[in-house]
Formats: sequence, structure tokens, C-alpha cells
Amino acid sequence: MIAERQAHDRSVVGALPRRDFLKLSVAASGGLLIGLYLPASKAAAAATFAPNAFVRIGTDDSVTVIVNHSEMGQGVFTALLMILAEELDADWTKVRFEPAPVDPVYNHPVFHMQITGGSTSTWSSFDQFRNAGAAARAMLVTAAAQRWNVDAASCRTEKSIVIHSASNRRLSYGQLAESATKITPPQQVALKDPKDFKLIGTPLKRLDTPEKTNGKGIFGIDVKLPGMLTAVVARPPVFGGKLKSFNADKTKAMPGVRKVVEVPSGVAVIADGFWTAKRGRDALQIEWDEGPMADFDSKAQREQYAAMAKQPGLVARKEGDAGSAISSAAKKIEAVYAVPYLSHAMMEPLNCAVDLRADHCEIWTGTQLQTIDRMNAAAIAGLKPEQVQIHTTLLGGGFGRRANPVSDFVSEAVHVAKAAGAPVRVIWTREDDMHGGYYRPMFYHSLVGGVDADGNPLFWSHHLVGQSIVAGTPFEMIIKDGIDPTSVEGADDVPYAIPNLSVEYHPAKIGVPVLWWRSVGHSHNAFVKESFIDELAALGGKDPFELRRKLLTKSPRNLGVLELAAEKAGWGKPLPARRARGIAVHASFESYTAQVAEVSVDSDGKVRVHRVVCAVDCGRYVNPGIIEAQMQGGVIFGLTAAFYNELTFEKGRIQQSNFHDYPMLRINETPEIEVHIVKNNEKSGGIGEPGVPCAAPAVTNAIFAATGKRIHRLPIRMNEAVGGSKEDLK
Amino acid sequence: MISFSVNKRPVKVDVDPSTPLLWVLRENLELTGTKYGCGMAQCGACTVHINGQAVRSCVAPVSRAAGKEITTIEGLSPDLSHPLQRAWLEIDVPQCGYCQSGQIMSAAVLLNEIPNPTDDDIDQALTGNICRCGTYPRIRRAVHRAAEMMAKGGAR
Repeated sequence: MIAERQAHDRSVVGALPRRDFLKLSVAASGGLLIGLYLPASKAAAAATFAPNAFVRIGTDDSVTVIVNHSEMGQGVFTALLMILAEELDADWTKVRFEPAPVDPVYNHPVFHMQITGGSTSTWSSFDQFRNAGAAARAMLVTAAAQRWNVDAASCRTEKSIVIHSASNRRLSYGQLAESATKITPPQQVALKDPKDFKLIGTPLKRLDTPEKTNGKGIFGIDVKLPGMLTAVVARPPVFGGKLKSFNADKTKAMPGVRKVVEVPSGVAVIADGFWTAKRGRDALQIEWDEGPMADFDSKAQREQYAAMAKQPGLVARKEGDAGSAISSAAKKIEAVYAVPYLSHAMMEPLNCAVDLRADHCEIWTGTQLQTIDRMNAAAIAGLKPEQVQIHTTLLGGGFGRRANPVSDFVSEAVHVAKAAGAPVRVIWTREDDMHGGYYRPMFYHSLVGGVDADGNPLFWSHHLVGQSIVAGTPFEMIIKDGIDPTSVEGADDVPYAIPNLSVEYHPAKIGVPVLWWRSVGHSHNAFVKESFIDELAALGGKDPFELRRKLLTKSPRNLGVLELAAEKAGWGKPLPARRARGIAVHASFESYTAQVAEVSVDSDGKVRVHRVVCAVDCGRYVNPGIIEAQMQGGVIFGLTAAFYNELTFEKGRIQQSNFHDYPMLRINETPEIEVHIVKNNEKSGGIGEPGVPCAAPAVTNAIFAATGKRIHRLPIRMNEAVGGSKEDLK
Repeated sequence: MISFSVNKRPVKVDVDPSTPLLWVLRENLELTGTKYGCGMAQCGACTVHINGQAVRSCVAPVSRAAGKEITTIEGLSPDLSHPLQRAWLEIDVPQCGYCQSGQIMSAAVLLNEIPNPTDDDIDQALTGNICRCGTYPRIRRAVHRAAEMMAKGGAR
């Protein structure tokens, strides 16, 4: 009875191809929305109308929407409520949010597990939340009609009130809540014509702003349980390392230290509070078996990748014959691009609180992956998944790090809880978080391209080398013919009309744990693709905007945002000396974005980004205020990586540790960022990630326009741009 | 025992005097609005006021608070009525929200010192506060808006 909706057939949601996820049954799929099958909430209290798992209406007129996506900054505690409230005709001032518990009822409608990721929350829940609101509304109307003994069709609703105009009678949803519980849920309901939307499409203020402005919002790190202890864990300094031996005498002598225990990930110091636990951890004397990665080194890794890129790879895309086109090109160009490992560096370092009892386990954490976390926690605790409950707190940033298929930060905390004998939370220091792995993988890209005698691109050949994110995880079923779509997304779907095009992928097997990092493969492939098309424009003597425009005539939505961004940015209009514009366009997560960066480079090579104009087409949208914020945030996230971020290894150890050597863009470096949203009725796409990919190439293309120097490696090294060789990969 | 006042309430804590004020606030006094981000005064998430000055509480030993008046985000106003909080709500500044206590506490000191700040003043005062979500453009707008509100008599 599973009704596959059209949405399932869209091929890839960034990291997670949708159709394949239908096969991934990590939990009973009882909660899937099937037509109007909306299971009732188990938490429904008496005298509360809880027609389905997503909404409760109280006799006090309150409308509580239960949100099954984790709030990590992207605004699900507002956007999803708007969707439900729209169809419910709820009084927006009475609508409040509540995070969902873990239950198959709350599985992602496409991924069939509870997950927040892939920029999918709003569009994937759109129909589900509309139906939930409409079904509740229909039951309230029926309840009123029965009480008045009138035809339900003669009643209308407005701001949480059912109105019978003919007799001028009105009952509020709260007044109807009790009788509505006796109404049989409808088999089908009519949904509004989108032209009648009152909430959807408007920039309503976020409902979670108050608690994020007065310090009252509870993040995982803020959870306080009676009798709770705090643990800080010493983990191996090298990935794949193991504990050999340790001496905890000094630690155990510290007042406030309760226990020092070995756990699979290292040695946990359990104490009354964080500071004692941390000092206790730092005082441990530990001997590690550093394992096979003891000599791992970033420079050697780059050399290895460079050698791999020269070999034939797995074919991710092939159009025409790039190989033979090489000889017929009038001009050709070769380029090597490299991007480093990156940390998500959420402002809230990883943490997890666990209360483990003989027959149940409760977990409080900010997670993006409740279903899998629960399974992993249950396995470690020796319980059934149903005996484990996860309370999802606010997430102090997620960016993919809190959606870990091995649940590293949850699993470890359950291990610590087994030893603690009391409720315990594990807190990672910033350094622990940065050294804890699950990075955006390092990638090496080697390209050759050429233009014909008229300067039009003739061929494009791209080899990319890097680790697969999903290999070896429950998600590896999305690998097809050896190709991890999360590695090649944004590279294998080059939208430009180039007759001979080849993209080959070389999966690298390296023992550094990697993970999806906001915009995933697009985070590096857009930089490469949008830089190299710029190189071909320069090679052929074309304006980079005009060339893209010409090559995108068959890709109207890419073309639309490209032209919009160029127009708003004043592309082609004169600028002061040493100042220039760069442009980039990229589709990701089923949305389309283009950015124009205005950049100046002073004589010392210091780059300043003055302005970024961003155009976005995400199809039909819910809240333009949130979209603007997400795009601005995405640009800043992209600029941060472009200018500053790099994790490097020496002797197996990460060389960076905190914000002094892994800096973040700060307010004084932040350009003016304008966001222009295309209004149309296309299918909705994602918005949390698509702001990131264009930021780096728009800026590096502008640096090229200002200086004639091409940036081939991130983060940007201006000494390289000003004088160094592009082949100089350290 | 170390005595000081937090949000106009006298407190006494019995902790190692080298313990950072941040953890005393968060764990001993249960004021979790002040956040841990880096532990080395790099990110500003832990910003509180000591006698009206912005201090990174993650590196300030609690002994430094002795006899002083500490203000945390919880003490800025009891009801979101501080002009900065009103402006934050009006401009819808936060995304994940984790850094916002620190941003607001830094901005509060700025507005006390410079009631009508320029963009440069804002940049300078808030350069020590990282926001990973990238709310900086709205923070700038909101600080200007709060300054306007204060000029119109919204000052506390």
C-alpha cells in the first residue's frame, strides 16, 4: 500500500538518491504517509484533539505542530508549521512547535527513516504537513456542523474558527477540540488552491527566535538531568589508533573525578562537571598504538591522488569523444584543482547526554539522524530500539556532522553511560570536535579542456580523486558502478552544452573518516566546474557571463538565475581599479543559484569581498525570509572555506585544532549579500545547502578578473595567485 | 567560597578559583544561556559582562568575578524587552541560535559606549563573535535598529 509519490522519482537529493532509499528499510515503515493515513499521536492527552501525529489542538485554542525534522538553524520550527497551519486555517498567533520523538510515524517521507539532511525538510514534508492540517480542519468542521446540525459544506474556517455564515454561528477550534476527537478521520480531503495561500509564501517571523534571543533555548550541551555526571574522552591522536595502556593516578586524585574507564573510542574521565573532567582527561598518561595511519601525511596523499588522476577512472559522464577532440581543438588548457579536508566546526561542539537504565535508555542530543542513532544506541545498550528514546534538542549547527551513519557521538556516550552507573553527558572540547574526523573529504581534480577556432568550448575532460562518503556505511547502496554520487554530484551533471565531455572518478581508500559537509560534493565540484568554465571563457576570449549564457540555453532555470544575478549585480558596468566581478552558477539539491562577487585585490594581494549578489530559484517556496537567511549563511559558509579552512595531516595528526588556526569568517570580513528569489511554480527544491557552492568560484573568478591570476587550490593563497605556480601544490 | 553577583542576585560558589567563570555559570548556577564554543577566547559564544565590560568567560577564572557584578543573557532583560532583543526579534536574526547570546552581550556593551554606531563600530565590537550560520548581515541591521529604538526612548 505504499504510494510512491512523484517526488520519489526525482533522482538525487544531494547526498541521498531518493529512489534507492525506498529499499533502505532500517525501521518498520508503518509511518509512511499513505494517502491520508495519518497515524494518531501516541502522546495525545485527554481533552486534546490529536487527529494525527503532526498536530494537537488544545481546548485553549493552542495548535501544537510536532516537527519531525531537527531544528539546526534552517527554520523548520517555522516553515513546517506554516504548511500545516495553512491547510488548517489556524490562527498563526496560537501555533507552537514541538520536536517529535523517535517513531516510524515520523520517518522522512522519502528516506524512510528519521533524518534531517539533503536540504529536503521543507519540500519533502510539504504534502504530508498539508494533508495533516487539512484532515484536522475537516474533522473540526464536521464536529461543528454536527453540533449545529448543518451541512459541513456550508461552513468555512478562518483563523482557528469554524463559521456558519448563514446562521452567523462560530466555534473556535479549542471549543471543538473535544467533540472533534469523536469524528472519524476523512478518507480524503481537498487541499487549497495555492493561489488561496495566506501563510505559505510570506516572510513570517520565526517562532524560535525568542528562545534563541534570551538564552532559554536548550541545546544538547545545556541538558541537565538529576545526578548527571560529565565525561570528557581521550581519543587516539591518529585515526585507526588504539589504546595500548594508560595511567590515571593523577586524574583519580583530582577532587570531583568519579571514574576513569576504558571505552572503545579511548579513555573516558567521568567527573562532577566539565572542567574537572577535562582537566582529568588532560592529566591522563596514555600510550597509544597509533596503527596504520601513524605516518599519514597530506603532502604524500596529494602526490598519491595526483598519480591516481593520471590513470583511467570510473566513467561518471560521457558525451561525445573528449579524447579525440583534444587534437582538433584550436586551443587547450590543463588545470589541477585541489580542496582540503574540512571540519564542520558547528558552534556547539558535539555532545550527548544518556540516562541508561536496565530496561530503557533515554538520550538527549542534537542529532540529524534519530532512527540510526537509536538502532546503534540500542545495540550497544543491549536493548530493543523501542526501549531507546531520543529527545532531540536544538542543534547548535549541524551542517551534516550530526548525521553520522555510525552515530559516533551517540554510540560513545552510551558506552560511557554503561560504565558511569549514573546519567552522564559526554562533551567534546572544540579540539576534540576538530580532531574527531568525519570531514568533508579532500579532493584532487585534474582537467583538460579546449575551444574551437571561434573560442567556443569543444571538449572538457575531468578526473576527480577522493574518498567516498558512503562506502562502508548503511548508505553505500547508493553507490552505482563504483561511483558514489555524493563524490561526483555537481561534476557529472555539467549543464553546459559542450559537445565532448568526460568525467571520471577515482575513489580513494584512505583511513580518514569523511562525511557530508554542507552541500557535500557540490562544495568542491562547483568550485572546479565554475572555475574551469571561466578558464575556457578566458581561453576563447569570451566574457564569462556571456559564454555561460550561450551554453545554458537548454537549461532555463540555470539561465534564469544567471541572468538575474548578472542584472542585479550590474555585470559589465565599470568598477574602480583593482576591483572586479566574478560569476558562478550551479544547481544543487534541486535548486538553482547564481552568484556575482565583487572583489578588490590590493597591491599586497589582500582580497576584500565587497558584495555578493545571489539569485536563487528553489521553485515554489514557503518562507522567503528564511530563504534569504539561508542563502546569506550559505555564502558566508562558502567564503569561510574559500578563504580560511584546511585540515592537514603530519605524522597522522591533524595540524589544526581550534578557531585560531581554523578561522571562521567574521562580521568585519562579511560582504554585503543581496538575495533575489525567483518566483515560480516549479517543484520545490532545497535551500539549506545551495547557497554554499557558488561562493568560492564567484570570488576566485573575480580574483582572476582583477589580477589575471587563477586560484586552483582552496583555501585561497594570494601569494600563489600573485606570483606562485598553479601547479605548486605545496 | 567566591562571592559575586549574577544578574543582580548575590551568589557564593565553592569551586576551584581557577575554574573558568563559564562553567561556574553553566553548571553551578545553571545559567546555560552562556555558551561554550572554543575555550580560548576565539569565538565569543561565552561573552558575559563583568562590571559592564564584555568578557570571554571561557578564559576568565571565576576568581576574577569575586566581588563583581556579572550580567549574562538571562539578566539582560526578564522579558525580551532590551532594545537589542526587540531588534533581534524584529529582524529575525538567529539561525541555529547558539552564538546569539554572545553576539547580543557584545552588542550591548557597544551600544552602552556608542549609542549610534556605524557599520565599522559594529564590525569592530563584534569581530570577536563568530557565527557559523552566517547571521552577520542581520546582526548588523539589528544593532542599527536597536540603536534607533534606544534613541527613540527605548533605552533602559
